Amino acid sequence: MDQKAKAAAIVKDNLQNFFFVLPAFVIFCVFYIYPFLNMVFLSFHEWHGIGPMHFIGLRNYKELVGDNLWWDSVGHAGYITLIALTFQNALAFALALACDRQIRMKRFYSIVFFIPPVLSEVVVGLLWNWILNPEMQNGAHIGFLNHLLFTSGFPQLVHNWLGDPKTALTTIAIVHSWKGFGWGFLMLLAGLQTIDKQLYDAARVDGAGAWKIFTNVTIPMILPVILVVMVLTILGSMQVFILVLSMVNEGLVNHTDVPVIRILSSMTVTNRFGYACAQAVIFGVVLVCVSFIMKKLSDRVKQV
Amino acid sequence: MRKLGALCCCLMLFVFAGCSNPSRPSHKILLWHWMTDCNDTFLKLAQEYQKETGIEVDVRLFAPSDSYSQMIIAAAQANVLPDIYGILNTKSIVADFIKAGLVTDLTRDMNADDGAWANSLFDKALADKRFEEGNIYGVKAGIYGVPIDVTDEQMLYNKKLLAKAGIATPPRTYDEFIKDAQILNRVGITPFVSGWGELWLVDCFASNYAFNIMGPEKIFATYRGQVKYTDPDWIKVLSVFADLRDKGVLIDGIVTKGNKYAEQDFALDRAAFAFNGSWCVNVYHDMNPNLDYGVMLPPPVSTAYPLKIWGGAGSSFVVNTGSPNKDEAIAFLKWLTAQKQQVLFARQTNNLPSNKEALKEALRVVPPILGKFSKGMDQSTHPTVWPVNEDPLVIDVFDKGIQAIIIGEKTPLEVVRDVQTVKDRLMAKRN
Repeated sequence: MDQKAKAAAIVKDNLQNFFFVLPAFVIFCVFYIYPFLNMVFLSFHEWHGIGPMHFIGLRNYKELVGDNLWWDSVGHAGYITLIALTFQNALAFALALACDRQIRMKRFYSIVFFIPPVLSEVVVGLLWNWILNPEMQNGAHIGFLNHLLFTSGFPQLVHNWLGDPKTALTTIAIVHSWKGFGWGFLMLLAGLQTIDKQLYDAARVDGAGAWKIFTNVTIPMILPVILVVMVLTILGSMQVFILVLSMVNEGLVNHTDVPVIRILSSMTVTNRFGYACAQAVIFGVVLVCVSFIMKKLSDRVKQV
Repeated sequence: MRKLGALCCCLMLFVFAGCSNPSRPSHKILLWHWMTDCNDTFLKLAQEYQKETGIEVDVRLFAPSDSYSQMIIAAAQANVLPDIYGILNTKSIVADFIKAGLVTDLTRDMNADDGAWANSLFDKALADKRFEEGNIYGVKAGIYGVPIDVTDEQMLYNKKLLAKAGIATPPRTYDEFIKDAQILNRVGITPFVSGWGELWLVDCFASNYAFNIMGPEKIFATYRGQVKYTDPDWIKVLSVFADLRDKGVLIDGIVTKGNKYAEQDFALDRAAFAFNGSWCVNVYHDMNPNLDYGVMLPPPVSTAYPLKIWGGAGSSFVVNTGSPNKDEAIAFLKWLTAQKQQVLFARQTNNLPSNKEALKEALRVVPPILGKFSKGMDQSTHPTVWPVNEDPLVIDVFDKGIQAIIIGEKTPLEVVRDVQTVKDRLMAKRN
């Protein structure tokens, strides 16, 4: 085959490959790249959604820098994420460790632990609204939690969990963790089951106790899975909003606002589409930064 | 290779065809609405209309109303609005739709035959989408929407619970209301519930008392920036909420309560008073058909000005200017708001009809409580008919401020200062 024919074959081969990815590329451009660029474009405008747009340059971003409510909402999402990273993932890991052992009915537990994540956030919100209901009727607590606390001899702990700024966000974070721990549990359990059992046997032969085996075998082997679970927890928790809406409606003043709710509010309450887009861009940047830091951390841990 | 290329072209054609304005066969009217409780009735009426005229009306429900509202804005941007739709937004956004040429001016049709259509409907309901000469929105004067029903927001009282507390008649003044609330508290009955997790309801309640304390002129002057929110009258308005909190009138968790939960609380005898709209008649009936309750105006706190409640058009439809079936759509709306159809609508949905004659007839067939709601229309007003509206950003801070007062986080004075700060910022931006 001469050079020319060879080159033509390569071009044909490349074109063929290109055509194979073209549909996915077109769909990606139409549904991801174009809306994203459009959002960035809109963030430089003042616009009510209908009618003419006014170019205002970086004014939306400038306003956003000084918008305390916005940064508070980012802080709230960070707090929910912190609770999810610690409480939710610790719970998921503990349960995964328990189910990895030869215990009775472990398949049943695996299914039960996976029920909360498959429920819709609206359903979870409604369910917990009933559990946390602070009202009383005919001298009895309507909410299950307060009823339980009262009848178990802890009347001093009866509380309006979602109506008190001191407890509302933590309550939401705990419910979010309850809903989300099943994902981590499944991934960590799958990770634990891939660890070669011979490693445990070898460690035992070397005289290692349960703690040593856990810290020197289990943790290093499952570390990549833990890091993936952490990244997914961060991204999922930072973007929480349906659960918040279904638990506290438009919010307890601004104490339960999270970034997506602020973005929604800018669009639907105050009709500031341009400002909402600027918020979305900044929030996207925050998420990319967090993911980047996690990636760097993950690479460093893997090297160690 | 050629086949692959053709496949890609087909795919792209498919994608772009999906983005284009869907062509509809003529004489088929497309109607988008958000009223879950009225959907069956709309479908029934559409069938009836097709039988009478041969014109098909494709009724499509998109709920909840928040999502519907955003969907309409998105459809307007993509130029795929249906023939008939509703705009559930502030008057300034309605004005933007009109200025963008998305809403048909119905004045000529309304005024035809000596104004037969316009005269058949309640004036306060028509005012919802009417723009007067020289309006601040810069819209050509005219009527741009057709009201389907009328509604107002009042207070409800549970007769059984009041009797249980030994209260013979509902309160007529604010002081009587507070006294009754304290009696109710003593016998372990929660006095008052409302869905104040939905900020518009808080805003509505506050607005009632603002009218009562300072009258409309001062309110509008505040919106124009001529009176400050730090004025003692605005502090008085917010002090009503502080007082309700201090006297233990409000149900626990009221600031995060959705209206559906509040409706449930009232229907299930968990609170003696509620603040809700006339649509609640249908809702309460579904939740507890045996609920025995009455309607009253919110008890006035002052004798300076009459207390005004929010009311007027419950739901209005507009006609898409770009619709190929514009005339058919207008004819359908005319038919829909005629007496016979409106009586059927009222009977089926327990909503107050927008047609005056239909209301008289409907009151014989709908629950009597609706008749009492209809009497409140005389004292009704609504932001859509005011000559000026407050900026949504200020309203948001005001409403959240009320929440902060209720949970004891801020005083009325602190809230009015916060509101005025935002107002000043917006005024400076505008100037």
